[in-house]
Amino acid sequence: MPEVLKAPLVVEFPFTRSLGPVQSAFLTGLRERLVLGVRTSDGRTLVPPVEYDPVTAEEIRDLVEVAPTGTVTTWAWNHAPRRDQPLDTPFAWALVRLDGADTALLHALDAPGPDAVHTGMRVRVRWAGERTGAITDIACFEPYDDGPDAPDGRGRAEPATHTGEFDDPVTGIVATARLDYTYSPGRAQTAYINALAEHRNVGERCPSCRKVYVPPRGACPTCGLATSEQVEVGPGGTVTTFCIVNIKAKNLDIEVPYVYAHIALDGAGLALHGRIGGIPYDQVRMGLRVEPVWTEGARYPDHYRPTGEPDADYDTYRELL
Amino acid sequence: MNREIAVVAFAQTDHRRTSEELSEVEMLMPVLHDVLGQTGLKTADIGFTCSGSSDYLAGRAFSFTLALDGVGAWPPISESHVEMDGAWALYEAWTKLLTGDADTALVYSYGKSSPGPLRDVLTRQLDPYYVAPLWPDSVALAALQAQALIDAGDTDEPALAAVAARSRADATANSHAQLRGPVPHGEYVVRPLRTGDCPPIGDGAAAVILAAGERARNLCARPAWIRGVDHRIEAHSLGVRDLTDSPSTRLAAEKAGAFERPVDTAELHAPFTSQEVVLRKALKLDDGVRVNPSGGALAANPVMAAGLIRIGEAAARVHRGESDRALAHATSGPCLQQNLVAVLEGDPR
Repeated sequence: MPEVLKAPLVVEFPFTRSLGPVQSAFLTGLRERLVLGVRTSDGRTLVPPVEYDPVTAEEIRDLVEVAPTGTVTTWAWNHAPRRDQPLDTPFAWALVRLDGADTALLHALDAPGPDAVHTGMRVRVRWAGERTGAITDIACFEPYDDGPDAPDGRGRAEPATHTGEFDDPVTGIVATARLDYTYSPGRAQTAYINALAEHRNVGERCPSCRKVYVPPRGACPTCGLATSEQVEVGPGGTVTTFCIVNIKAKNLDIEVPYVYAHIALDGAGLALHGRIGGIPYDQVRMGLRVEPVWTEGARYPDHYRPTGEPDADYDTYRELL
Repeated sequence: MNREIAVVAFAQTDHRRTSEELSEVEMLMPVLHDVLGQTGLKTADIGFTCSGSSDYLAGRAFSFTLALDGVGAWPPISESHVEMDGAWALYEAWTKLLTGDADTALVYSYGKSSPGPLRDVLTRQLDPYYVAPLWPDSVALAALQAQALIDAGDTDEPALAAVAARSRADATANSHAQLRGPVPHGEYVVRPLRTGDCPPIGDGAAAVILAAGERARNLCARPAWIRGVDHRIEAHSLGVRDLTDSPSTRLAAEKAGAFERPVDTAELHAPFTSQEVVLRKALKLDDGVRVNPSGGALAANPVMAAGLIRIGEAAARVHRGESDRALAHATSGPCLQQNLVAVLEGDPR
């Protein structure tokens, strides 16, 4: 079997998310270099704050300000930071219970090495230079020496209430995400794409219903069986149906209006898509006989053009609509 | 509703680091044909089909609809999909059979982790406001849990290494496993977890057939009767949870009836060694219970299929007469965020 095709595939999204009242206050607070928590009805303070009690599901809105110092509750040493993580030098991931809070916040802890980190150690927030109202406004935590460790005794004073009101509150975040893949289309589609580069349309036949799939995906979706018998179809085909495109697509150098059609290649059991050229758009019709047009060095046809043959009889393609 | 429902067939692929020569449907189809062949059923005989997968793994939009090509979904079939491990697809199919709407169900799931950076891909399931922007990868989060267990005195690094060694030794009897036999415990990935504490990254698929009542007895010599299934979830913020315990697993097990009588076998979906420690505690498993005779997720962890495989492996032991009452567990999310427990029994011999 020839080598399967592979290509880089980047999936990238800028997710735009709105914030609820508690999240908005918390992230705006970070921008202003203060950390807010939320009180539950049984008197616990949750940091980072949420809008519904994780135990009772009760709506919670009473904000308090906690300290930018706290205690590590667990940690893990990351000797090889990955892209987009908070620090690009080795660091510890840590859950930190800030003084005044009853729950812990996940973030990075900048420390010289794993021997300098332990559960119970005291840390403080290192603020980012530029803050926008995001969790990354905390650049990381850093060790903070305020005396012997006392994980359960320190900073338990009642945190002060906070209105949560700020000038110009943050109401949303834009969270960018990028993932890099190496895409492979698998056996059947690799064979199809390779043949297409040689100007041949090679489909695969279902061993049961005998239908030829172009492009093949390796399975007959009707019978649920593997297709493997390769069958060359075309090059000519019949327009089974079409539409007239009147709006120019971004980055597409084709003059509108143009025709995009379903084309049943001769011998194929279903139609594929293609643009129709070499004929005025308003003269394209169902049953029009067409053939592919290749441009220099292309791996697939640029478009299809009329062959000049008489139109195909409707009954020859009615099952392929 | 008092309807008996059983797992009557199970199949899985060989799990491998990469399956790049196969599309998802090409990888999946052999296991679909395998379970249909075991029961003699055809697609048209199946009352309900449910699958579990995630397009994020391979970065391929709507891959689950392409995977349906392998089922043969024409004429149209009754079908559903969950963007979760196949164990949750099985849960949906089980409830469908409980209602009496169907007598048989095909459940399948697959995961192709090889095309993407799995540790990073899994960060996209985290809280998008407070956590995902930091990109804490799946090993890092498991390592935070492992350190919490070590701090609590629940385990230590040699004990974790022993879990890894036992799992891969057991996997020598499992031809489908990806990591078998002696595997070096390796260097730290994210301390305290070493390479040996982490699951292999790979591609694979699995399928199960469920059947109700007499239909199950006709399709399988010794059906694995599902006595109960339940799934529960923890609070989503890691800092709210006690990472050394899994109350959601315990509650799911209780609701599934796991504590009514002892089990002889447990297939636990613990991708990291430290998570087996948590699960043994939550499920109150003593040394008499055979844990992960398949090698578990430390031997093969095709994401989205590994939980369904736990149910399948437990059922297969009942089918073979190697277990009379087995517990199967599946997990999803960071640090055992969500947990499903199923209890399977064979008829008395």
